[in-house]
This record gives sequence, C-alpha cells and structure tokens, in this order.
Amino acid sequence: MTRLHSTFDPSGAEARANAQAMCEQLEEIGQQVALALAGGGPQYVDRHHARGKLTARERIQLLLDRDSPFLELASLAGYGSPYTVGGSVVAGVGVVEGVECLLVANDPTVRGGSSNPATVKKTLRMHEIALQNRLPLISLVESGGADLPSQKDIFIPGGATFRNLTRLSAAGIPTIALVFGNSTAGGAYLPGLSDHVVMIEERSKVFLAGPPLVKAATGEESDDESLGGASMHARISGLADYYALDEQDAIRIGRRIVARLNWRKASGPVTDAPKPPRFAAEDLLGIVPADLKNPFDPREVIARIVDDSDFDEFKPLYGSSLVTGWAQLHGFPVGILANARGVLFSAESQKAAQFIQLANRSNTALIFLHNTTGYMVGKEYEQGGIIKHGSMMINAVSNSTVPHISVLLGNSYGAGHYGMCGRAYEPRFLFSWPSARSSVMGAQQLADVTYSVSKASALAQGKPFDEDTAQAVRRAIQAQISAEAMPMVLSGLLYDDGIIDPRDTRDVLGIALSAIHTAPVEGTSSFGVFRM
Amino acid sequence: MTESLFITSVLVANRGEIARRVFATCRRRGIGTVAVYSDADAASPHFAEADCAVRLPGLSPADTYLRGDLVIDAARRAGADAIHPGYGFLSENADFARQVQAAGLTWIGPDPAAIAAMGSKVESKQLMKDAGVPVLERLDPATVTERELPVLVKASAGGGGRGMRIVRTVASLPDAIESASREAASAFGDPTVFCERYLESGHHVEVQVMADAYGTVWAIGERECSLQRRHQKVIEEAPSPLVERIGGDLRSRLLGAARNAAAAVSYRGAGTVEFLADDDGGFFFLEMNTRLQVEHPVTECVTGLDLVGLQLDIASGAPLEGPEPTMSGHSIEARLYAEDPAHDWRPTSGTLHLIDIPGVTARFTVPPMHGIRLDSGVEDGSEVGVSYDPMLAKVISRAPTREQAARELAAALRHASLHGMTTNRDLLVASLLHPDFMAGTADTRFYGRHDPATLVAGAGLDPRLAAVVAALADAADDRAKATVLGPVATGFRNVPAVFQERTYAAADDELPVRYRLRRGVLELATTPEGIGELSLLSAEPGRVILQADGVRRSYSVHRVGAHERIVESPAGTCTLHTVARFVDPSAQTPAGALVAAMPGSVVRIGVDQGDRVEAGQPLLWLEAMKMEHAVLAPTAGTVAELLVLLGQQVEQGTVLVVLLEEEETRD
Repeated sequence: MTRLHSTFDPSGAEARANAQAMCEQLEEIGQQVALALAGGGPQYVDRHHARGKLTARERIQLLLDRDSPFLELASLAGYGSPYTVGGSVVAGVGVVEGVECLLVANDPTVRGGSSNPATVKKTLRMHEIALQNRLPLISLVESGGADLPSQKDIFIPGGATFRNLTRLSAAGIPTIALVFGNSTAGGAYLPGLSDHVVMIEERSKVFLAGPPLVKAATGEESDDESLGGASMHARISGLADYYALDEQDAIRIGRRIVARLNWRKASGPVTDAPKPPRFAAEDLLGIVPADLKNPFDPREVIARIVDDSDFDEFKPLYGSSLVTGWAQLHGFPVGILANARGVLFSAESQKAAQFIQLANRSNTALIFLHNTTGYMVGKEYEQGGIIKHGSMMINAVSNSTVPHISVLLGNSYGAGHYGMCGRAYEPRFLFSWPSARSSVMGAQQLADVTYSVSKASALAQGKPFDEDTAQAVRRAIQAQISAEAMPMVLSGLLYDDGIIDPRDTRDVLGIALSAIHTAPVEGTSSFGVFRM
Repeated sequence: MTESLFITSVLVANRGEIARRVFATCRRRGIGTVAVYSDADAASPHFAEADCAVRLPGLSPADTYLRGDLVIDAARRAGADAIHPGYGFLSENADFARQVQAAGLTWIGPDPAAIAAMGSKVESKQLMKDAGVPVLERLDPATVTERELPVLVKASAGGGGRGMRIVRTVASLPDAIESASREAASAFGDPTVFCERYLESGHHVEVQVMADAYGTVWAIGERECSLQRRHQKVIEEAPSPLVERIGGDLRSRLLGAARNAAAAVSYRGAGTVEFLADDDGGFFFLEMNTRLQVEHPVTECVTGLDLVGLQLDIASGAPLEGPEPTMSGHSIEARLYAEDPAHDWRPTSGTLHLIDIPGVTARFTVPPMHGIRLDSGVEDGSEVGVSYDPMLAKVISRAPTREQAARELAAALRHASLHGMTTNRDLLVASLLHPDFMAGTADTRFYGRHDPATLVAGAGLDPRLAAVVAALADAADDRAKATVLGPVATGFRNVPAVFQERTYAAADDELPVRYRLRRGVLELATTPEGIGELSLLSAEPGRVILQADGVRRSYSVHRVGAHERIVESPAGTCTLHTVARFVDPSAQTPAGALVAAMPGSVVRIGVDQGDRVEAGQPLLWLEAMKMEHAVLAPTAGTVAELLVLLGQQVEQGTVLVVLLEEEETRD
C-alpha cells in the first residue's frame, strides 16, 4: 500500500482561479445540457404529459432500480448541428433489477422522436458499448422514423441499427424493446429484431406502412390498430411478447423480463466496501490550470479518484513525464497512465508500452488520464528514435485487449492523443473534463504552422506576401481551431461519451468499470512487432 | 364460616395480562401456577410462564375459556387447588363458581349468590335501591317515550360494553334491542337486555372494595375512568379528579355507598362498585363488578396493596386486618389497544414485533414511589389475532402528583417502540396531554367531543416529515443491498434530470416524496409546509439525521415486514406503509369490489346475488372484536357477486361483494 500525498492547496489563489475557470466552463456546458433536458421544450413536453405519457427520462427513471446510479452518455450529441442538442435520444448505463443495462430511449418530444444524423451516430455508439461490454440493451421506442430532409445522412448508415440488434442477439446479449408509441416503417424492425418485445394497449403502433401508404400501394382500406396495434401484435401477428395496459405496466414488465434473464457479470469488484479517497473530490475543480500551458501533477487527480488514495507507482524514476501505476477504483483493479508534463519522450513511450503489456498479463483494465501535447520533436529526439518508441506505445495501446477508459483532463493533442488511447483507439469509454482540448496540434501552433508554410510558399514562388492578411488569416485559423478543440464540439460529434464534472470522475469511472466487467477482462500477449 | 385453607396451586381460568398478573403474585408467594390456553394462545406468554398448562382445544371463547367443565377438569388434572377467574370470561358466572366449589376447589372470588345477585342488572338495582344506594330508574322498553330519550339498552349479564346500545329515537329501539340481545347471547350466553335512562355525560367513578368472610368491608379509595370509547375504558386513574375537585363529603359518601352495596350482598373478596357521577356531587349506582377489575393496578399504586394477594388471603380464610387503607400520590393507567382510533376504532391484528416501553420499573407489581408499571399480555413477536379482546397491555404511571403521573405516562407511551401493529398509542398520548384531561374535567363524552382522528392528527411525528425520513432510509437500505454499483453515490446522476420518488401511506393519506441527492446534498421537489428547509447530514438504513433551521435531529427507522416503516424520534413515532412502485393489473381488485376493512367473521348477509341495492344499504355484517360492522353499498347498483358465506372467517382485504354500479340513466 502506497498512500499518495497531496501538496495541493484548494484555498490558494491559483487553485481558486483554476476552480473559477472550471466553474465557468461547467456553467457554459450546463446551458447546453439544459437544452438537451428540455427536449422539445415545455410546449411539447406538456402536450406529451397531457396524453398520459412519460418523457424519455421519466421512462428511464421508472425502469431503473430506485436510487441506483445512471450514467447518461453522449448527452450533448448533435451539439453544433442544426438539430436539438441530445440527438433526440436519451441513453446511458443503468441498473435494472440488479442488472447493468444499456438504455436507449427516443425523446418523442423532439420532432416526434424522429432520427437525425446525431441520433443515428449516438444510437450506433450505444450499440457498440452494449456489444463490447455485454450489456443487455433496452430500447424504449417511440419514434416517428427518419427525419426525412436529412435522410441522406441517415438512411444508409442507419441500417446498422438493425444489423447491430441481431448481432447483439447472436452474441448472446439480450435485447429488449419496450414500444411506447410509433415504431413504423424501418422502425418496425426494431421490435422485429429484439429478443423481447413489450407493446402497450392503444399506444404502440408497429407496421411497415400506415393506412395512407397501404391505400396507395394496394388500394386496401385499413386502420392503425389492425395494421400495427398492440392488441393485433399480441394476439395475431405474435410480434409482441407482452401486452401492457399502460406505460408503467410496460416498464414493470420490462423489469420482470430483465429479472428473468439470469444475467451474470463476468466479474465484480475485489471488495464490496472500497474506501473513499483521502482527499476531497471538490478539489478536482481547481487542479487543472486555467491556462493549459502550465502542467499539473496528475497524482493530485489520482489521489482524489482512487480507493483510499492508494497508488503503487510503476517506474516512478524513469520517464517521469508519464505517471504509471496500479490502484483500485470502486473496488476494481486498474492500471493508470497519466501525463505529467505534457510531452511524451522515448522513455515515457517505452514505459507505457511495458506497462500496457503488464496490464494485459494481469488482466487489469487501464485508465488513461490525458494531458499531452504530443510526442517530442526535434533533431535529438528524432535521432533518439522517438518515432520507434512512440510506435511501440501506439502498438501496445492498439493491440491491448484489456478494457481501456480515457479521460481527457486537459490537452490531448497530436499523436499523443493516439498513444493515450484516443477515440480511434476504441477505449470502452471516453470522457472529457470541461478543461479538455483536443486537435491535431495546439491552435496557436497550428496557426503558426499555417502562417509559416504560406509565407515560405509565397517567398519560394516569388509571390508578394501580405503580412496583414496573413496575420488575419492566422488569427482566424487560431480561433477556428480553438473552437473546434472544445469538448462540446467533441461531444457533439460523438468523439467522446460525455463531458463530466471533475467532481463526478470517481463515480463515473466506477460505473464505467463495473459495466466493463460485465464482459470478461482478458489481456493478450499478442502485439504487433515492436520496433526496438 | 370459612375454615382456613392453604392454597398451594392456582389455576387461572383466563389469558393475557391478567393471567400473568395473578401468576406474578402466586410466584412471589411460592404458590404453583396453572395456565389454560386455547389453540390461538399456544404461543402466548401467559402459557409459557405458568408452571404447567392445560390445552383447551379450539379458538373461540365458547369452545375454550368459557368452558367451565374443561377448566375444572384441567385444575383437577394439573393438581390445582384453587381457581382464579381473572376478569371477563367466567369471572362473573355464578354457576361456574358453584361448580368450582362443588369440585372441592377454592373459588377465588365472592360467593356464587353474590355474583348472581349483582350479575342481574335488574335485580341488583333493586337491591341497591333497598340498601339506600342512589340508582337510575329502569324503563320498560314497551313504554319508552320521546321524553325519556336517550335510553341505554344493556345486557343484563353483560359487561365491558358488550350488548350495549344507546337509542335516541323510539323507532330504532326494537332494532337496538334485537342486536344487543344477539350480541349478549353470543358473548354471555344470556340474551336478556333492559333499558334505563341514558345520561349523556358524567364521570365514571368506581370504588374498589375488599371484603373478608368475617364482615369487614374495605372501600379502598375510588378510581375515575371517564375516558371511554364504546363503553370500554381507555384511561383510568386513582384518585378521581372529580372527587378531588368537588371535595367535601363526596368521597366519604361514595365509599360509604360502596360499603353498603357490598354488605347488602354479603360480599367477599375483591369487587368494584361503579357509579356515574355529575359535576354537582350527585352519583348513581351503575353496577357492581364481582371480580378484579382491569384497572386494579392504579389502586395498587396509590395504596401499595397487592389486590391479588388480598384475594388469595381472603379465599384462604384470612381476615382483613388493620385500618382501611387510604390513597396517596396519583396513578394513571392507559390501556394499549390493537385498534385504529382514527378509523372507527377498527381492531387491528398482526405480529407485534417489538414492544419496548422506556422507563418501566415494575411489571405486574407496584413500582417504587415514582415510576412506570407495565402489565402486558404480549411480548416481542406475539401474534395478535382477532379471537379475543384487543387490549395488548396496560401502562401505569405512579407519581406524587396527577400532572406528573399524566406527563410521565404520556412520555413513556410516546417513546415506546411498538412495531408491527397499529395501536391506539398516539390517541393515549394526545388524551393524556389534552387540556381537558389535564384539568381533570374530562367526562365520558370526551371522545364524542374530541374526534379521535383529530386528536391523533396532531400527536406524534409529522407523517410528511416521517415520509421524507423513510424515503432517505429506504434509499440507503436499497443501496446497501445493491448487488452492483453499491459504493457509487445514492441515486448518482451525471446529468441530473428527474427526481427519485417513493410514496408512503400514513392512514388514508398518500405521501409521495420526490427527492434527489447530489454530492450528498438533499433536494426535495417540494418541502412539506411548516417543516422548513431540510438538509441531510447522514442517511443509513436504520438512521437518518436531518437538519432544519439549524437544528439537528436524529430519526430511527425500523422495517417490519416488506411494507411497514416505523419512524421514531423524540417528537414521537409515525408508522408508514410503502406504496408499491408499480401496479400489477392482475393483482387489482375488480371495480366495485367491497373488501373487508378488518379481519372478522360474517355474521349476517342481507342481500342475494342479483339484488338491486340502494346507496348506503347494508349488504352484510362482519363481527370483529365483539363489534358488528355493517358493510354498506357505496353506490346504488346490483350485487354482481357475493363471495362469502355466513360464518366465514375473512382476512383484512378479502373481497366480500362485487357491486355493479348502476348506470346513470341516459336520455
């Protein structure tokens, strides 16, 4: 046992300034979250309630075990797009009858719950999480189908929705569809491809084509109930396995279905009573400097998220710009890689590659705490083999089969983002702090590079170079890249699974780790060829 | 004259607390104890405590505790040489007393002739009138006029409010006589009833007498038992506040009348002469109870006597010696009943998981000068059924002054843990602390003037606050039992949206609690009015600490079964029931179903399937705890289904009748 010490002074001027900056960012993010929570807005929510219906979040709440945690994912999907933030779907990991499930609920107050490109992206990401972590999937369906004006971005990629459902089923992962309302046309395959289907009297409507389309196609006169009502599907077509009288009854039945799944997690925490960290979570607001140019000691973060602030550091004296070590988080054993001074050198890269291999030997999940500006550049480092060593780290991260979780605390730039298991490296979960920034390089560096390249090009071609215009372009580029590196943009594009309040980090990671351990945690000894 | 006997072993032909009370004195004196027990009492403390016990097969009193032949046979088999009848059951049955004596056993009670004389309410009144004791005139039911109303119809062989009816209209007299007579026949085996003028208000004052075989009659002070419900006493005390207030020669006149009454029937042993007294110092003889009274402990507490001991002495032929005892200090007894005063005194049943009354310094015996005495028929885990009287226990305070006795008794009751059953505890506390009671002016109309539901409403812990406490404790309990993610914060949400909801029922009110916790900070969707902003300091399954307006308070929460929550605090106790989160439609009772509000037996059915009924029409009658409860049609309609048979025992919640509501006529 090695207890971390802390030199952080939360009452210091710097910490308070950092915390204030963090709170301002939280506030800004909170405004977008509020938009997502409002769904279609009070008018549509009221109308929905007046019809005796629950909202997506109310349905989820009623489905979950009372007072159990719910980790909402990708709540800002679609930020920056023309569509309502949130992707008109609410999703996350929650506990139903003691079973951790992945819940995906259409938000019928947002344009009838119709799918836009963000909906598709978010839904497919949820299916990926369910598959990778073997989480039973519960779809709370009420959707008007594709948002037709944006069909080109939905129709073809959206087909994966149905493919995923049956692949989950084929992998032995239960899929449950609770049909609260419309699930028509393509949407009809959602219950069609789910293992368990609940429909609600006079509410569920599941058909390939509604009365007008049927009339147009075949001339047949028909109505909604006979084409796709719950009663018809429960009694005649057999598409509905359970016939519920109302929404609460459907949710009650949904819970009973989960209770009877006989679902077992592959493994659980090594202790049921983990000790809390010895330092206050509140401090996490003030640790990351307001100006990311200044590095911070990630041990101050680790001391506030791991059990009992107990952290056994690996190779503390070697490659000290990357902190590696072992801990438990909510009772789950983890290996942690955390950037200490931003830059990754050869030693850090080799240390990381070794550490990742060790985690694979001991079947231990890995947590990456990002604050990196990338691999070191310069003659000395190139000659020292920084490419080889960086490649070793990326090789190890890419082929590691233990689950990874990434948290972007601050900088996450360049190939450092890759080596620290960025989005493309398929961490099981990736979360951002409000202080996170991610792009190919820092905005200023990128703008500088663009400026120098254009100036060099002009000079080389003997063209006149307008310094004022170039500076203006440079400023514009810097502004654009800065804006694009913001976590809300990453969230909007589904490049993370959500921005989290730093104070929630321990519980968010605890829920993610527990979800991950539903599937077996198995390391590998098979990596790509390490270039020595 | 009675020869001196030596009693070696006493059979108590009774159950519950009085059997235990008699055994306690016997044990102190080295006398053997024999219990009899019905099948319903096979696990009861009185049975467990006796040296030996004899089973009386069956459940109903008629098959068991009222079977004198079986009791006498039990005494013979167990080697008992005396029988103590307790109160109720066979205690005032002269025939039984005779049979006991004929069997060569000692009867711990008065001569059968005295029992018989006092047992007939009609005959006893005449006797008393002749002895110069003031009485109320008897009325002939046939000639009762409007002017004489209201009248009281009473079972001649009765007691304890059974077979008693107050009649306020001449028209309803025949019905009242019929039902009182039926109740009397079932309870006492004698359907005789009589009428007398009913005094709307007054004070119930009674005198404890003790007489030996040699003509000495002691009148051992009086008791007042004005707080009654349905003619059953709820709170009793000695001395009487009325007698104290009026002063003068009232006490000596009462005691004198009681001595005369006892002497008139050559009384022997312990007895009670009951009077109705008014605020002007007048009083009328009601009846004489030829046995030990339920409320005898208050007399013991103000005199230091052991009345059961004196009964044994007198039955053994010993004389009363020394001066007549007098009272000092004050004592109040509260009868803890398994009933719901806020719902028409509906009897309750179930398992009493825990009975813990703080400050008890004596059981079945006189406490030191200042203290609480408990005479209980039940222990932790006792099953309380509907076969017998719903009295669970008597809690008695003894103190130098009346105010101290009342306050200390109220405090002991308020802080008592009574888990598993609805009791009248809150009503007792509210009654003891009521200004009328405190002033000593409460009369027999107390519960008529002060609706029990209203009295109870103000007492104890605010149910809305209790619901918040229960919700937080239940949340902690669920989290403690969680199989996954247990260590994650209760109700954790990275995106807080919807409130958690738990609903509890307190009596008829549903109390939804909508709450959420964020980093340990409690947020309530609505804070109950008058409670103030609440902040949560800690929540564990069994204890919640809240702060309101800077004041920190701790609440303990107990779970009884799956649904009952008992929240205890220094302010009092509140019992809540969880309301299911989901409704299973298949478990729903059909529309129009009428269910039994309490356990009982079907004694009369007034309708047939297919009958058309008016709103308010009685459909059938349930007997529970000696009371008949009519099940009325809530609306006009047709009896679609009749699901019970005459004589059937039903549980609370059993569907009795399904009524098809009448369709409104449409034009």
